[in-house]
Amino acid sequence: MKKLINNPENVVREELEGIAAAHSDRLRVSLDPYYVMRSDAPVKGKVAIVSGGGSGHEPMHGGFVGDGMLDAACPGEVFTSPTPDQILAATKAVSGGSGVLHIVKNYTGDILNFEMAADLAKEEGIEVEAVVTNDDVAVQDSLYTAGRRGVGVTVLAEKICGAAAKAGKNLSEVAELCRKVNSEGRTMGMALTSCTVPAAGKPTFELGEDEMEIGVGIHGEPGRQRRKVAPADEIVDLMATAITDDLPFKTGDRVLAFVNGMGGTPLIELYIVYRALDKFLKGRGIRVERNLIGSYITSLEMAGCSITLLRLDDEMLGYWDAPVNTPGLRWGA
Amino acid sequence: MGVTYEQAQALIANFAAAVATNKEYLTELDSAIGDGDHGINMDRGMRAVMPKVEALSGADISTLFRTVAMTLISTVGGASGPLYGTLFLQLGTSSKGTVELAPSDWSEGLSAAVAAVQSRGKAVPHDKTMIDALLPASQALAARLAAGDDFVSCLAAAEEEAHQGALATIPLVARRGRASYLGERSAGHQDPGATSSWLLMTATREAFAKGN
Repeated sequence: MKKLINNPENVVREELEGIAAAHSDRLRVSLDPYYVMRSDAPVKGKVAIVSGGGSGHEPMHGGFVGDGMLDAACPGEVFTSPTPDQILAATKAVSGGSGVLHIVKNYTGDILNFEMAADLAKEEGIEVEAVVTNDDVAVQDSLYTAGRRGVGVTVLAEKICGAAAKAGKNLSEVAELCRKVNSEGRTMGMALTSCTVPAAGKPTFELGEDEMEIGVGIHGEPGRQRRKVAPADEIVDLMATAITDDLPFKTGDRVLAFVNGMGGTPLIELYIVYRALDKFLKGRGIRVERNLIGSYITSLEMAGCSITLLRLDDEMLGYWDAPVNTPGLRWGA
Repeated sequence: MGVTYEQAQALIANFAAAVATNKEYLTELDSAIGDGDHGINMDRGMRAVMPKVEALSGADISTLFRTVAMTLISTVGGASGPLYGTLFLQLGTSSKGTVELAPSDWSEGLSAAVAAVQSRGKAVPHDKTMIDALLPASQALAARLAAGDDFVSCLAAAEEEAHQGALATIPLVARRGRASYLGERSAGHQDPGATSSWLLMTATREAFAKGN
């Protein structure tokens, strides 16, 4: 295993220390327990948004903390849920008196730990609502999940809800918007390689030299099928068909098209994927209003990509376009 | 006759010792149908618990259990952390304001704690989880107490039910948790969470039998 790390045991801690050093203009980092929050928290009178999950998916979620997006993010160990004490501490630190939204990806550990933290926060008088994301069309029930996994749409939900909270929407409105984004979005991923968790020292799964895994999860969990690598156009056709058929997306729908790198795939390939996706959507009469291309929800160094389509309305579009100032996403600020 | 602070503390110490002794066994069970870290995680949690518990001074039983709960949830991780955390948190809530627990207080507290774990994890009997050991144990305790048996016999019955419950998970196909992904392949293996729950019931009987 070759990685740019020091002791594998200290990966998360050292990453957080690096974040603190780099982004002290916008972020504060707590090292006991671990969480990242916006430096001007708590923002009084605004719904606060907290998310979190295993480390190894950067920039999600710590990279999305800042004005117009998350108020705090809780990183667990690599590919491991954060614990209730982290989530509770972060929730208390950013609560501005208008309630807190927890955005939770559908993985059993995340669900259990966030639920427990929400109960503890409520005991302390903080109003918490949680929304679970489950946009992955690949499989029903998987290694770490009952039901569909929460993947790419989570990034879009964090941005859109962050803007809504900033615009002064109340807790139930922001939560309802989050549910809408989740229900209007669909994702599928694929992998060309596995990834290696530092503490484990070996790949999370085996993939042959000429094989790919369609429908892979962001921790390397199995997908729908393992098959021989195919040209990008064929892969995109397969994934885009599965995604559009699932909602289903119809002629005339307006979408945000999100091509995401899993961490180990270069931008040159992501643009080749986008080219194919753009043609596919035009062929179906689906209008792309906005796009996002890059590595935003990763799986360490796994090579591969995911495609997320979000059916937009004017409200979501407006919130997507609103200014945002985080290390992972920044425009208008 | 009942449960004193010292006995509650002994329960925790006994459980920590049992988890340490059985760490490899629990991990082995978890490797077969999980991700192989139940023993490691529970041992890490209980080793963090002991110094915290020993440092408490002038505390009551409720505070003791709550301290155990908060330590476990921040150190165990995965699903076991929140589930065992919920168990001890409810035990803490149920014993609020008491200096010594009557046998019926302990029984009611345990039943409430098991219900809280079921509510948290959404497991029902035969899902192949810790509930398959804890639920029969708490039910046996309540039934035997209601029948008028002495406390120690009731605790021994609870321990035996937990033991049988853990063994009964062997042929089951998991319907909850990590093991459920394996489907049919989870059959033939004893559930690690049910096993550590049995250790907890044994630790309980040993701690409460002294002085009762």
